[in-house]
Amino acid sequence: MNAHPQPQTHLHRVELKSKDYKNETTPSFWCAGCGHYGVLTGLLRSLSEIGVDPNYLVSVSGIGCSSRLPYFINSYKMHTLHGRAGPVATGIHLARSDLAVVVSGGDGDGFSIGGGHMPHLARKNINMTYILMDNHVYGLTKGQCSPTSRQVMKTTTTPYGGLEEPLDPVLYMLTYGATYVGQAFAGNVKLASQLIKDGMEHKGFAFINLLSQCPSFNDIDTAQTFKEACDQLDPGHDVSDLRAAMNAVNAAKQAGRIITGLLYKTERPTLDQRMAELVERVGGSKDYDLRKIIDLARP
Amino acid sequence: MQGITKNDLIIRIGGEGGEGVISVGDFITQACARAGLDVYTFKTFPAEIKGGYAMYQVRTSTEHLYNQGDTFDVLCAFNGDAYDKNRAFLKPGTAIVYDSPGDFTPDIPPGVYAYPIPMTQASKEMGNPRAKNMVAMGALSVLFNISVESLREVLTTKFARKGEAVVKGNLDALERGRELASALKKTDPWTIGTPKSKRDVIVMSGNNAIGLGALIAGLDFFSAYPITPATEVAIYVAKHLPKRGGTLIQAEDEIASISQVVGASYAGKKAMTSTSGPGLSLMSEMLGMAFMSELPCVVVDVQRGGPSTGLPTKHEQSDLFLAIHGAHGDAGRIVLSVENVQDCIDLTVVAFNLAEKYQCPVLLLSDGSLASSTQNVPYPNPDKYVLVERKRWNGEGEYQRYKLTDDGISPMADPGTPGGIHIATGLEHNENGLPSYTSANHEAMQAKRFRKLEGVVNDVAPVEVDGEGAADIGVIAWGSTIGVVREALQRLRVEGYKVKGFYPKLLHPLPVQQFEDFGATCKRLLLPEVNFQGQLAHIVRAETSLRPQSYTICGGMPFTPEMIVNKVREVLA
Repeated sequence: MNAHPQPQTHLHRVELKSKDYKNETTPSFWCAGCGHYGVLTGLLRSLSEIGVDPNYLVSVSGIGCSSRLPYFINSYKMHTLHGRAGPVATGIHLARSDLAVVVSGGDGDGFSIGGGHMPHLARKNINMTYILMDNHVYGLTKGQCSPTSRQVMKTTTTPYGGLEEPLDPVLYMLTYGATYVGQAFAGNVKLASQLIKDGMEHKGFAFINLLSQCPSFNDIDTAQTFKEACDQLDPGHDVSDLRAAMNAVNAAKQAGRIITGLLYKTERPTLDQRMAELVERVGGSKDYDLRKIIDLARP
Repeated sequence: MQGITKNDLIIRIGGEGGEGVISVGDFITQACARAGLDVYTFKTFPAEIKGGYAMYQVRTSTEHLYNQGDTFDVLCAFNGDAYDKNRAFLKPGTAIVYDSPGDFTPDIPPGVYAYPIPMTQASKEMGNPRAKNMVAMGALSVLFNISVESLREVLTTKFARKGEAVVKGNLDALERGRELASALKKTDPWTIGTPKSKRDVIVMSGNNAIGLGALIAGLDFFSAYPITPATEVAIYVAKHLPKRGGTLIQAEDEIASISQVVGASYAGKKAMTSTSGPGLSLMSEMLGMAFMSELPCVVVDVQRGGPSTGLPTKHEQSDLFLAIHGAHGDAGRIVLSVENVQDCIDLTVVAFNLAEKYQCPVLLLSDGSLASSTQNVPYPNPDKYVLVERKRWNGEGEYQRYKLTDDGISPMADPGTPGGIHIATGLEHNENGLPSYTSANHEAMQAKRFRKLEGVVNDVAPVEVDGEGAADIGVIAWGSTIGVVREALQRLRVEGYKVKGFYPKLLHPLPVQQFEDFGATCKRLLLPEVNFQGQLAHIVRAETSLRPQSYTICGGMPFTPEMIVNKVREVLA
């Protein structure tokens, strides 16, 4: 195998139905009514539409309810540490750029404990798809506030209400240079799967925020409230305009609304491309004679 | 100029950071190695980026060198600060070459040979004040018989890229220094010996040698975060890995670098990171995952003074506990430690081989003094190294990633392998990789993972025993302390002491039986190491029946042979 195979996500195409991407050996993990089922359905649908070969697909996650998603996918997969899915996925992709890499995880995993990694995935433009399953709460530990929790929410660690401003994952990723940013309500499977499919076909770091209700530990952000708060982007929205994307997010927030759809998309060389170019520039190959390097240390 | 040949000469150059101290040391080292002498250098850097005291010590000999020596024979002081810092070590019989007129007037102690050289003045007169160090080097070459042909060659090569004018300016300053020294009467007896023959060698620092070892081992993927004193490993790899078609990334922190390494390993590649103690602390959680999910990886820890931020540029051997035990839960790994530059090449290859074979993290411990110590080693033949690849699934039958086997080793499947789909998880899992928390499964899987490590002792070369028969005292050493002990024992034997040495390079799993066998031949045991708690001594007491006497220092400097000699005399008195 070449050190740097042709970077691609979809060369290994197969014809499989959505259900063929479902790994049935692991029993259901999420509560009834959990928004994550919508994410799973949307992901399975987009994998089938693209025709990704499961043998060349790697699903990666950290820790949390949402981080169990890879278990339900028929693909190679890693269930890693809390907050570390991004850098692990980076290693997988840079080592084997012929693999399609999808990361999934929660708001706490990605933007609290793993928050330090997010800017670097974006600015390095790692060719992968990051699906944030944002339910504004820590579910696996049974109901603590997360970095996206709304201040009015009472949780087990904020019994008198929150004291902190929530962060906005979409604005964050737009700011740090993600080359594809979209947002949808997880229950809108059509839009969610459309964004995932586009994101996977996008050459670069694709970030998709899927708002997902937690029926067990978040009773203010329900499926109903998410659904009612979501607006579709104006059909005339220019996805190449970063300022327009930020304005759309901010305007919606000020009105107490959530803007959904493909916010921003641009082309920039991915890190694996740049590395392949570097290797070419220095005439690198597996067969490069080590003696030429050792000779440099002669006195 | 005549002098008594001293086959083993130590020159220490001291000055302000930025004055070219390090360059002079490097040139002398290169020139001596080029002429066929052994070299072993020792440097200290200021922790600050500009200014501060910089020191470079070159030990050179016609005989094989094992360490940096006790102290210097010749001091070359660029300024008053360097003089003050070394004043206490100027014993009768040592020589000093110093800048005069300069910013200080030394009170030369009795019996010290003094050579004032107008380094600053001469370089200014030549209109090339930055070449002060070359004037000093010229003087040193005359006074102590350093091959000027070799110096000219290395200097010309080094400055060639900067143009002919720069080469000439430095060569002229070198000659000026030679003229100035030739006008002085040599009163000390020291000159460097003539090498027996020219040899095919390379000269490398410990850190560069680790990088080279990794390239020889077939490194595919490297990720690291800058940290003193390990950064040079990354710098070397960054320069050369792309030539071999590999991938290098500077991560946002050490957690990310080990995570990327583990990801690359899952993708089927040979992957490594390098760091120092603070970075290793951050990596410990992911090292536990690498053990749990059985992913090969190599982690280099170039130890520095701790705890916490500690003494970032200083020498210590104090990460052994962390290296062996640093992760929550019962997490295993393999820990190797290197003695010298040769080990930095060879044991890095061994580290990759063990990681691939046993599918677990392998930690390679180096230390602050070895990091920047340059030494000559025979030109390595890359084809002579045996390289091991992980056991991969042959595609037959139903694939089970964590199949329980007699030796605990289960075949791996790279992504892209049809039928090999599996999950690598930090959760306890069954043979298929799926979460399983039953008592029986957890016990079986822990036993499997640790069973793998039982074979390691037989895979690493037997521990070297220095000396034969029965001894009054046996000295156990690890890391770069080994080289110091080797020379100390040679001296003690000349004095008639019955001494032996024991030099383990595999520190975990501990080669217990070899320790016991060695201990049985010694009346007493001494274990010198550069840390406060006596970390290896603790481990030896815990895992063997031996009760070595611990001898610890932690002043940011390595042991000297003299310290070991004195300690042994004291213990046996």
